[in-house]
Amino acid sequence: MRSAVKADQPENNASLVTNRFLDWLQKMGQTTLAFLAAVGRLAQFTGHSIYHCFTPPFFPRLLLQQLINIGFYSLPVVGLTTLFTGMVLALQSYNGFARFSAEGAIATVVVLSITRELSPVMAGLMVAGRIGASIAAEIGTMRVTEQIDALTTLSTNPYKYLIAPRVIAGTLMLPVLVLIGDIIGVFGGYVVSIYSLKFVPENYLHKTWEYLERMDVISGLWKAAVFGFIVTLMGCYNGFNSDRGAQGVGTATTNAVVSSSILILIFNYFLTQLFFTGK
Amino acid sequence: MAAVAKLELKGVYKSFGNNHVLQGLDVAVEKGKSLVVIGGSGTGKSVMIKSVLGIVTPDKGSIKIDGQETTNMNQHERDVLMKKFGMLFQGGALFDSLPVWENVAFGLIQGRAMNRKDARDIAIEKLRSVGLSPRVAGLFPAELSGGMQKRVGLARAVATNPEIIFFDEPTTGLDPIMADVINNLIIEASKGLGATTLSITHDMASARKIADNIAMIYKGKIIWHGAAKDIDHSGNEYVDQFIRGRAEGPITMEV
Repeated sequence: MRSAVKADQPENNASLVTNRFLDWLQKMGQTTLAFLAAVGRLAQFTGHSIYHCFTPPFFPRLLLQQLINIGFYSLPVVGLTTLFTGMVLALQSYNGFARFSAEGAIATVVVLSITRELSPVMAGLMVAGRIGASIAAEIGTMRVTEQIDALTTLSTNPYKYLIAPRVIAGTLMLPVLVLIGDIIGVFGGYVVSIYSLKFVPENYLHKTWEYLERMDVISGLWKAAVFGFIVTLMGCYNGFNSDRGAQGVGTATTNAVVSSSILILIFNYFLTQLFFTGK
Repeated sequence: MAAVAKLELKGVYKSFGNNHVLQGLDVAVEKGKSLVVIGGSGTGKSVMIKSVLGIVTPDKGSIKIDGQETTNMNQHERDVLMKKFGMLFQGGALFDSLPVWENVAFGLIQGRAMNRKDARDIAIEKLRSVGLSPRVAGLFPAELSGGMQKRVGLARAVATNPEIIFFDEPTTGLDPIMADVINNLIIEASKGLGATTLSITHDMASARKIADNIAMIYKGKIIWHGAAKDIDHSGNEYVDQFIRGRAEGPITMEV
């Protein structure tokens, strides 16, 4: 009897390992399928949103409201962010460049860093926090209180009424914000360089313009348009697919900010590669 | 030849994952009649209405309006069809970013491209018909009580003079007097328009008052359908248990 039990043990162990492996495979499969389904839903939502941005009826009153909300009311937060970023950049560059007597490059470093990278990325992230969250919370609340269903019953397409004005406004207004942020950020660097680091104003301004190319600014504005699209789209997507209850809306808001922030950083890399290496 | 039903659902199935909500639902409403569907929570009442409205797509079955199949309609056909409908949502579902009058006039302005001034006049008239003064028109939904929000929801549902009106739990969350006021307004509004109505409710007092016919839904199927006056003699033990509100009986609650 005892020998029979011993003989069975390796077989039992083998089947246990096989079962665990199959369980692991099943979980991997379920996770992969869930991920692919989520990507598919987002792709479908993106396609629908873009389609409804270009097909009538349009809602100019709502678009104007969103242009003001996203553009005008984000100005203080974007302005302050880029101002202090420009100021810190001048200080940090001075500390670093002074080690090999290259202080003269500070103006160029500030203007290129601000226009190419910092202004679009910082503005994108700040707008993701301010606008992405508010869009997700607003549309999520509309979802859980059946206001989106009510739109449908009142012969109004929710994509056209809710999504299109926000996505268009985000895509148009973020480049405007970034352009203003560019000016404020460069001004921040100028103020620190002149009043704290005692640079000669004429020389600093000359260096600012000397190596700046049109593409440096334009690439930043293109990035801003893509980031504006991402922020508003992710806000709308998460709000539109919000689960029920306060927790559902809270989760949608968090997901909107996190997903748009990560996507901004990922797309920033690919757009930089596209603009400056041509690949 | 039998008259074509205004609204007819045949063999409608709808599942969400493993949750089989509608399981071969058959129901019809004649033109100008009021059908109230009663049933417990989670039996498929809301999904039934949402299937008719096109908010939920059924897995199988037929939904006909005026004899025309609606489950395979394209977006344009659906847009035209939606103009026949009005809906009062359980929680009102008023747009909280818009003042009351714009909520009521929404279907006229957005759905029918009416100018804002005319739409506002109609909205104020509709508000008056549900017992709300023009002063309320400029307020926002958050400034209204639950009963007033229901009235605004009702005014919005009838503002476009729809042919079919859906009422989702119209008296839930209201005190008995306000519930009866809403019932009276529903009768006045729907009879005044000659509209066909489909309501869902748990509230038997409301069902008895507004229904020409009552149907009971259980586990995604209609298990009894008859005239409102016959509900107390249905001979169906599920209906008896439900209308008398007894814990004992064939319907068991999962706790």
